[in-house]
Amino acid sequence: MAVETRTGEPLQGFVAQGDILVDVKNLKVHFPVTAGLIFQRKIADVKAVDGISFDIRKGETLGLVGESGCGKSTTGRAILQLYRPTEGEVKFGQTELTQLQGNDLRRMRRQMQMIFQDPYASLNPRMSVGAIVGEPLAIHGLAKGAGRRERVAELMRIVGLNPYYAGRFPHEFSGGQRQRVGVARALAVEPEFIVCDEPVSALDVSIQAQIINLLEDLQDQFGLTYLFIAHDLSVVRHISDRVVVMYLGKLMELTGRDELYENPLHPYTKALLSAVPVPDPSVESQRERIILTGDVPSPLRPPSGCVFHTRCPIAIDECRQEIPEWREISKDHWVACHRV
Amino acid sequence: MASEPLLQVRDLKTYFYTDDGVVKAVDGVSYDVQEGETLGLVGESGCGKSVSALSLLRLIATPPGKIVGGEVLFGGEDLLKISDEEIRHVRGNRIAMVFQEPMTSLNPVLTIGRQLTEALELHLKMDTNSARQRAIQLLEMVGIPEAGGRINDYPHQFSGGMRQRVMIAMALSCNPKLVLADEPTTALDVTIQAQVLEILARLSREFGTAVVIITHNLGVVARYADRVNVMYAGKIVEMATAKELYAKPRHPYTVGLLKSVPRLDQARKTKLEVIEGVPPDLINVPKGCSFYPRCTFRVDRCAEEAPSLLPVGDNHTAACWEWKNVAHAVDNARPVNGS
Repeated sequence: MAVETRTGEPLQGFVAQGDILVDVKNLKVHFPVTAGLIFQRKIADVKAVDGISFDIRKGETLGLVGESGCGKSTTGRAILQLYRPTEGEVKFGQTELTQLQGNDLRRMRRQMQMIFQDPYASLNPRMSVGAIVGEPLAIHGLAKGAGRRERVAELMRIVGLNPYYAGRFPHEFSGGQRQRVGVARALAVEPEFIVCDEPVSALDVSIQAQIINLLEDLQDQFGLTYLFIAHDLSVVRHISDRVVVMYLGKLMELTGRDELYENPLHPYTKALLSAVPVPDPSVESQRERIILTGDVPSPLRPPSGCVFHTRCPIAIDECRQEIPEWREISKDHWVACHRV
Repeated sequence: MASEPLLQVRDLKTYFYTDDGVVKAVDGVSYDVQEGETLGLVGESGCGKSVSALSLLRLIATPPGKIVGGEVLFGGEDLLKISDEEIRHVRGNRIAMVFQEPMTSLNPVLTIGRQLTEALELHLKMDTNSARQRAIQLLEMVGIPEAGGRINDYPHQFSGGMRQRVMIAMALSCNPKLVLADEPTTALDVTIQAQVLEILARLSREFGTAVVIITHNLGVVARYADRVNVMYAGKIVEMATAKELYAKPRHPYTVGLLKSVPRLDQARKTKLEVIEGVPPDLINVPKGCSFYPRCTFRVDRCAEEAPSLLPVGDNHTAACWEWKNVAHAVDNARPVNGS
């Protein structure tokens, strides 16, 4: 099956198993929990990400969904080496990122950027917008003086901001405009790959659509690859080519967008989808709702076996004891569940 | 709908007097809440939906805020005119509130049990023991496991979803006629959001409580509300039953809002339709219709004269001069959209 573009035609020269841009193998990120005031001793690990494997193909948008604390942001950051993985491999093209240090790593960062969730906290309030967008150019020595100013103006135009406002400060902009500044900053170094960490969840609905459209336009224009992290499943369905579902540091299901939404296999995916109300009362009254009981367990003490078994409506003994294998159940449809 | 409405809000105006000018957060809002119904109040941040609900119980910090006009008729009295002492008997007793932030709206230094029994002892004059029994019952009702033991816990020992369920238990404790739920699930994860909303819906049905649910989430409203008011820039721009509103939106803002959200149940269209621009600054609201600068249906009249809510269907009003054109565009686009 060839990967399709958004409009439905197959992307030229693009085969599903071809061109892998980011290859994640058995990635683990554990954060130590310490006790004691002076002599800190490690008493436990928060297993934020616990052995996940997937790939991101060139030019696609991979949606990563899950509830808060499931490790989706940590995954994004660990790919960019903003958190160093505890274990596992992250390959970007041909380069193994987990081994890189210092300058080598910085050079790689030119190709991978990040857009953050909170447009209020991710911009330095004391820097002008022009300086914020121009900073990556300075760090990577890409342009200076008039050349940098010109490039900043160009970037601002690309994201739909008036370059005239380059001298203004973040507080003078609305949330949507600030998010555009964050996008311009990420684009400054002409990256190939951008991790979008909940880029629209802090924005109002009418503004969300503007930013989503912007991200899509930029992808077409510059051939970008996105890892799109979000908890809003409707937005993810709209923007992604493939979607991966995470729960408590593990992957539950990974497949093409429409396959996941129309034929979800994992009980967690099913519950997640049924929990999202659709803005249409006539559809809503027909829909089946699976209401999960209980809360997400603490990643400090994840349940034995399948991490989802404590809330799973169809769990059996096997689920409590054995960790389900991450397997490809049909072409390009991966799932980790004993009951599938 | 023939019987007397439970709550009648008439031309409510709440302004905030700031150094930069007067913020007209709520600017002439009128609506009814019928007994036992669930009313959705939707809009984006800053449209005045929360302030309009807080104003009903006079929970506006003064200064800078002030309710400058209007009436809130509830059980034959105007809540804006009664004494402070009297409104205290209404709050939490006949009208209760569920706030957005379950992390901050519970008192961190009081046990869950104490926070529940407080209202019971105050409003229902229960003694300590029966209040405690009732509190345990309430916690069981909202699905807190081992309620008898958890009643002595402090809020930080509860998860976000559990805290919001405690808030609901608290709101329903005195068997109010009306619950105002201000973004009750916005801070929660989707699966927990579904849990909490189901509990609220079930209990309001069982007790016959009317609920005003304030949210920006059009899906939540579609699932739970009987009727919907859409707010924009301090005013209600459209009112209809939920079914009617989603099927036949008549205000350009409602139309834009519905089109701009991606839907879980639909394969993607090429592009999301956006509402260009941003909501107006509530200090300098445009003279005519406040949606005029962003509207695709605008005509000259809109810039001059603000439309009031005009009847556009059965129990359906919209504040738009051009609603017939909107109707035409929406109804003809329908088969193409497939919704």
